[in-house]
Amino acid sequence: MSELSVNHLLGIKYITEDDIQLIFETADHFKEVINRPIKKVPSLRDITIANLFFENSTRTRLSFELAEKRLSADVINFSAASSSVKKGETLIDTVNNILSMKVDMVVMRHPNPGAGVFLSKHVNASIVNAGDGAHEHPTQALLDCYSIREKLGDVAGKKVVIVGDILHSRVALSNIFALQKLGAEVKVCGPKTLIPKYIESLGVSFEPNLKKALKWCDVANMLRVQNERMDISYFPSTREYTQQFGVNKALLDDLNKEIVVMHPGPINRGVEITSDVADSKQAIILDQVQNGVAVRMAVLYLLASKIKHNED
Amino acid sequence: MSQKVLLNATEVQIALHRLACQLIENHDTFKNTVLVGIQPRGVFLAERLKTLLEKEYKIKNVSLGYLDITFYRDDFRRSGKPLEANTTNIDFIVEDKKVVFIDDVLYTGRSIRSALTAIQSFGRPLEIELLTLIDRRFSRHLPIQPDYRGRQVDAIGGEKVKVCWKENEGEDAVYLVKN
Repeated sequence: MSELSVNHLLGIKYITEDDIQLIFETADHFKEVINRPIKKVPSLRDITIANLFFENSTRTRLSFELAEKRLSADVINFSAASSSVKKGETLIDTVNNILSMKVDMVVMRHPNPGAGVFLSKHVNASIVNAGDGAHEHPTQALLDCYSIREKLGDVAGKKVVIVGDILHSRVALSNIFALQKLGAEVKVCGPKTLIPKYIESLGVSFEPNLKKALKWCDVANMLRVQNERMDISYFPSTREYTQQFGVNKALLDDLNKEIVVMHPGPINRGVEITSDVADSKQAIILDQVQNGVAVRMAVLYLLASKIKHNED
Repeated sequence: MSQKVLLNATEVQIALHRLACQLIENHDTFKNTVLVGIQPRGVFLAERLKTLLEKEYKIKNVSLGYLDITFYRDDFRRSGKPLEANTTNIDFIVEDKKVVFIDDVLYTGRSIRSALTAIQSFGRPLEIELLTLIDRRFSRHLPIQPDYRGRQVDAIGGEKVKVCWKENEGEDAVYLVKN
């Protein structure tokens, strides 16, 4: 096993295919660990990790926290809502204050794209991006691809369609990078208003018709409609969105093949995906969540192994 | 680089038979005993012993598992090269079982210390013993000694003990390698 080519996980854009494969192989071992009666290993017992969440999150935050605790790291949590950020402290000041308490790694979610990259240039700690605005959410893409690999054996050569709000989605961008690096073919589908204008420059094609997209694909990744990021109306009504871009049982039964349905959560049941599909065998939504812990353990473990031990 | 033969194929075979017999003396039918090969190199020895116990000495169903200690090592971030993880495969409960750790070379004792921590994730064993093909004397960093040993060797710091297995390196032999 080699080591990662980077000291921070800021986005899938900045890592190589070999890095992704290394993360997956390491995650395989951690998946075995988290299914043991005692789910904890002492690898990171001398590492302190700060989880800085400047934006709300349930799943990602719990998943990171659990991954850190399973690796025996010390964990401190921070959320912007109850902090001095409200008093006007800058990002670098906030983080440097936390780092002066001897923190080795920072897991950060921030509403501004590029916040992780910015921070990595100014502070002396390993940074893991847990979502920066509409830019990237690398660990989500890694766990999505890991789940595809687990379900279908390999990511290379698979056809994946990402459906929904591509414009505001960091999950979509990271997924596109990760899937392409691993050799999958990617299409996006959704209302034209929610598709970035230059999407084709990423080598991704746009398919306006959901049924055609589903017929083409092996995997459909259904994104959540992010109402909180929509400052204007991008489609006439939720009902119309559901009729055109919501996945239901009848639509899947009509395909003559079984595709894998994914969703990064949280689900708007009855909007982008109906309950009977979300709870069906085809949907691997809960596997994604379980794999999330193993993949994040792998990322933290591999990044921590690059922090040199300080002898004094 | 020069190397000296410590054990040839016949001597390895004799040592394996003796170790198997010593195990039988202490564990009789192996009903409450499990063998645990330490990844990566202890696995070959463990598989050989299991085969020997079952085929030659007619002991039925010897339980064998593989334990990877990578995530339990105390040199994480201290050693120059990254640590490589291997598969752990223990499909039995070690609770109240007699566990025999099997590794090819006992050197500083640190791997075994890690294995003692790692095995706790699978329950509380009744007792743990250590079997090793080569015991490098006078090189221990920790108070750990084998219960069964194939051969005791005096090797100084710069020397390395290399254990070869037919299924992996094409021959059964143990070498002392000098740099």
